[in-house]
Amino acid sequence: METAEKEVRQLSDIKQQLKKEQRQLFIKRFFSNKLMVTGSVTMLFLLLVTLFGPFLVSQDPYEMVVQDRLLNPSSEHLLGTDEFGRDLLSRIVHGSKVTMGVGLLVAAIASFSGMVIGLYASYYRILDHILMRICDGLMSIPAILLAIALMAALGPNTRNVIIALSIVFTPHIARVIRSAALVVREQTYIEAMEAQGASATRIIWLHIMPNTVSPLVVQATFIFAEAIIVEAALSFLGAGVPAPDPSWGNILYDGKLVIFNAWWMTVFPGIMIVLSVLGLNLLGDGLRDLIDPHTNHGKK
Amino acid sequence: MVKEEQPLLQVKELQTHFYTERGKVTAVDGVTFHVEEGEILGVVGESGCGKSVTSQSILRLFDEKRLVEYDGEISFKGENLLDLPDKKMEKIRGNDIAMIFQDPLSSLNPVFTIGHQIAESIMLHQKVSKKEAYEKALEMLKLTGIPAPEKRINEYPHELSGGMRQRVMIAIALSCEPKLLIADEPTTALDVTIQAQILELIEILNKKLNMGVIFITHDLGVVAEICTRVVVMYLGQIVEEATIDDIFETPMHPYTKGLMKSVPQLDGDRSKELHVIEGTVPALNNVPKGCRFATRCPFADELCIKKAPELKEFKNGQKARCWHAERIALEEEGQYA
Amino acid sequence: MINYIVKRVFSLIPVLFVVSIAIFLLVHLTPGDPASVMLGVEATEEQLKELRKEMGLDLPIYQQYLNWIGGVLQGDFGTSYFMKEPVTHSIAEHVKPTLSLAIIAQIITILIAVPLGIAAANRRGTIADQSIMGVSLLGMSIPSFLLGLFLILLIGVKLGWLPVAGYQPLSNGLWNHIKYLIMPAISLGAIQAALVARMTRTSMLEVLNTNFIKTAQAKGVKKRAIIYKHALRNAFLPILTVIGQTFGVLVAGAVVTETIFNIPGIGQLIINSVERRDYAVIQGVVLFVTLSYVFINLVIDLLYGFVDPRVRLDRD
Repeated sequence: METAEKEVRQLSDIKQQLKKEQRQLFIKRFFSNKLMVTGSVTMLFLLLVTLFGPFLVSQDPYEMVVQDRLLNPSSEHLLGTDEFGRDLLSRIVHGSKVTMGVGLLVAAIASFSGMVIGLYASYYRILDHILMRICDGLMSIPAILLAIALMAALGPNTRNVIIALSIVFTPHIARVIRSAALVVREQTYIEAMEAQGASATRIIWLHIMPNTVSPLVVQATFIFAEAIIVEAALSFLGAGVPAPDPSWGNILYDGKLVIFNAWWMTVFPGIMIVLSVLGLNLLGDGLRDLIDPHTNHGKK
Repeated sequence: MVKEEQPLLQVKELQTHFYTERGKVTAVDGVTFHVEEGEILGVVGESGCGKSVTSQSILRLFDEKRLVEYDGEISFKGENLLDLPDKKMEKIRGNDIAMIFQDPLSSLNPVFTIGHQIAESIMLHQKVSKKEAYEKALEMLKLTGIPAPEKRINEYPHELSGGMRQRVMIAIALSCEPKLLIADEPTTALDVTIQAQILELIEILNKKLNMGVIFITHDLGVVAEICTRVVVMYLGQIVEEATIDDIFETPMHPYTKGLMKSVPQLDGDRSKELHVIEGTVPALNNVPKGCRFATRCPFADELCIKKAPELKEFKNGQKARCWHAERIALEEEGQYA
Repeated sequence: MINYIVKRVFSLIPVLFVVSIAIFLLVHLTPGDPASVMLGVEATEEQLKELRKEMGLDLPIYQQYLNWIGGVLQGDFGTSYFMKEPVTHSIAEHVKPTLSLAIIAQIITILIAVPLGIAAANRRGTIADQSIMGVSLLGMSIPSFLLGLFLILLIGVKLGWLPVAGYQPLSNGLWNHIKYLIMPAISLGAIQAALVARMTRTSMLEVLNTNFIKTAQAKGVKKRAIIYKHALRNAFLPILTVIGQTFGVLVAGAVVTETIFNIPGIGQLIINSVERRDYAVIQGVVLFVTLSYVFINLVIDLLYGFVDPRVRLDRD
């Protein structure tokens, strides 16, 4: 008896040691991955701009001042003004609320609906066939085209942009969740639980779902970035967030009209888009490496 | 026992270090052994003991730019392989020293035909035309006893069975008549009957071509069948070296003894339970301070835990890395079970 | 092989079915009634009724779908309400510039990305590798329309090397044709180039880690031959797939690029149709591009079979 107890204690010691080591490795990996740290810092910066920026800029993003049209960047207008004399810094900062907000909401909605679809598809075979064919079908329509067509049908406003993009990206999430869930689904202990009469809802949400969170987080990060790009493209094409609301995309649309006279109208909102997409891509890559270090093995 | 002549291959104090995420890890730590011409040397140990790393170090198959660093000496025909430039090393690989790997499917390139893969090796090292190379390749396939070699030569690896693939690997390895063949667990992935055939083939070819063979395995039964001398490895070090007779009659290292007892004996007492060496091989970055085997050894005492023993030579030429080697050799079976 | 082709083609049927339903339903997502949206508020009841009848909106919805899909299967994508001509006509008129743009973008992508990816894999972990990967990461983070704008600013406006917008058909001379498409092609292809470079690197590294590369090494194969013969032949399959998918993405992405550079391709056609609420054209273009996209992927998949001897009918 004593030896058994000792063994158990030893085992739990070893387990704890392992856990500790894993945690340390995780932290070490995070900070040794400079790209990921860069991505996190960038996103933190953009988050702060989005949340507090509107209170810090004094100019009204909608106020048109005719005599201030197309001013160069100066101390008064740090990033210059647009063709209506509106302050560009103010429009970009307020625009980040729209663009980042749309991106985040789309990522959240697509994550949730994709998760539900993916989980149930992985659990019920018949449902799987139907849902995955629908996902395949939707995914074979190029994202930007589907988004444009949806916007044409729904009519251009910010709410519809969110709806359209969520429809576009849900299948992507559903696919990822399903394949992660299928791995768990095939484990023996799930079968054992079924045999014991555990309800499907319980198995799906308590036992399968937690295993899909890591890939979901990674995928959602990339969807966030994609959504920013597509929203900007839609708004740039005039099929997204309607004027006069500022979004990085429709500031670019305004900028395109005066591209020969006002470089700042293209460069500054452009930089914001690149920063956010780059930040999210770095973050997503880093998260993937953290979760699955095999993709990154052997780095000196 | 003292020989004037240089052996075919002499490995001296070989160390192989890997750079990993957790820092520098020494997978092979001061290994010394030699292989004579025409001799089959067995290298035995559990997985993770460094036998594969040792064999691949001889051919320097690891990425030296970013992964690995070697120390010590590997002399082959009077030259230290570790000092050779890449160009010269490429000429030795496949020509003077050839290698067969464990998994014959993943070791063959899936997009080239069998014939192409054998002929490539021939054309690399001999000045022959493509046609001659293919003729030689066919000859090699026949030599390995593959059924319908004329047909096989134009097939792709996935069209062959496991045993046939390993025969192809052997054909590739022997196509340039190497002086030394390194066989890294060549039979582990195969069925028992195929295993026996491949072993026989290696033995026949060894006699026919008078080449030295390093035969790596975890299976002492296989060693007993074809080897003349054995090296036992544990955690990157050699723990025992002896002739095949000595090692089975008087094993001097408790690890060897443990390995031997875990082999099922056909003629032995079937009712007896198979012996299992307790515990697992410690991780390489967590090597015990004293004797590396002490954590799993039934004989371990304070001395073993405190101080690491050296590889010591005993009177019959047998070597063992154990403080209690002589006592263990004398002990009767069952006294410590 | 025949089996494989048949199986692959049949697997497309459910996908295409879903695609057709989705595209058909697009019109019916419109709040209210497409006819009233198209005619605006001033339309009389009479006009509305007529248009509904013309568009078949008065029929039950399944009947509408059957009519539409029946037409599509016979090559009739409907009639543009605005231009009063068959949709296939408009698409045929606009497809050439788009195709030209996508092909040039594809060529640029392959020429840049594949060699860079191989180089990065060979020099894994070095500064060269890291800078190639760094640039590709940046490339992936610049949406094509944004890169287009930046290029217009830098090369068109600041340096004046290339025309900022417009299009010349091939009949006006090859150089004229290409001159107008270089900037659009670069901006369109950059993301894909970054992607292909990364994919090339990854699949090369994957192959370089396999056992048969060890075998080749042990045979004494020279380093160059290991990379360009043994590894590339195997890494080529995933690279080919990515390139194939890329072409579909390029065609779709051309929609936005064309608008920036004022190229009269199908992208401009769909954007103009969105403004005019010309639903038949929108449906037609989305369907056309999706079909091309699916078809290209099919061709790539079948090509796979010819390159990889392992592809058998049981492959999933």
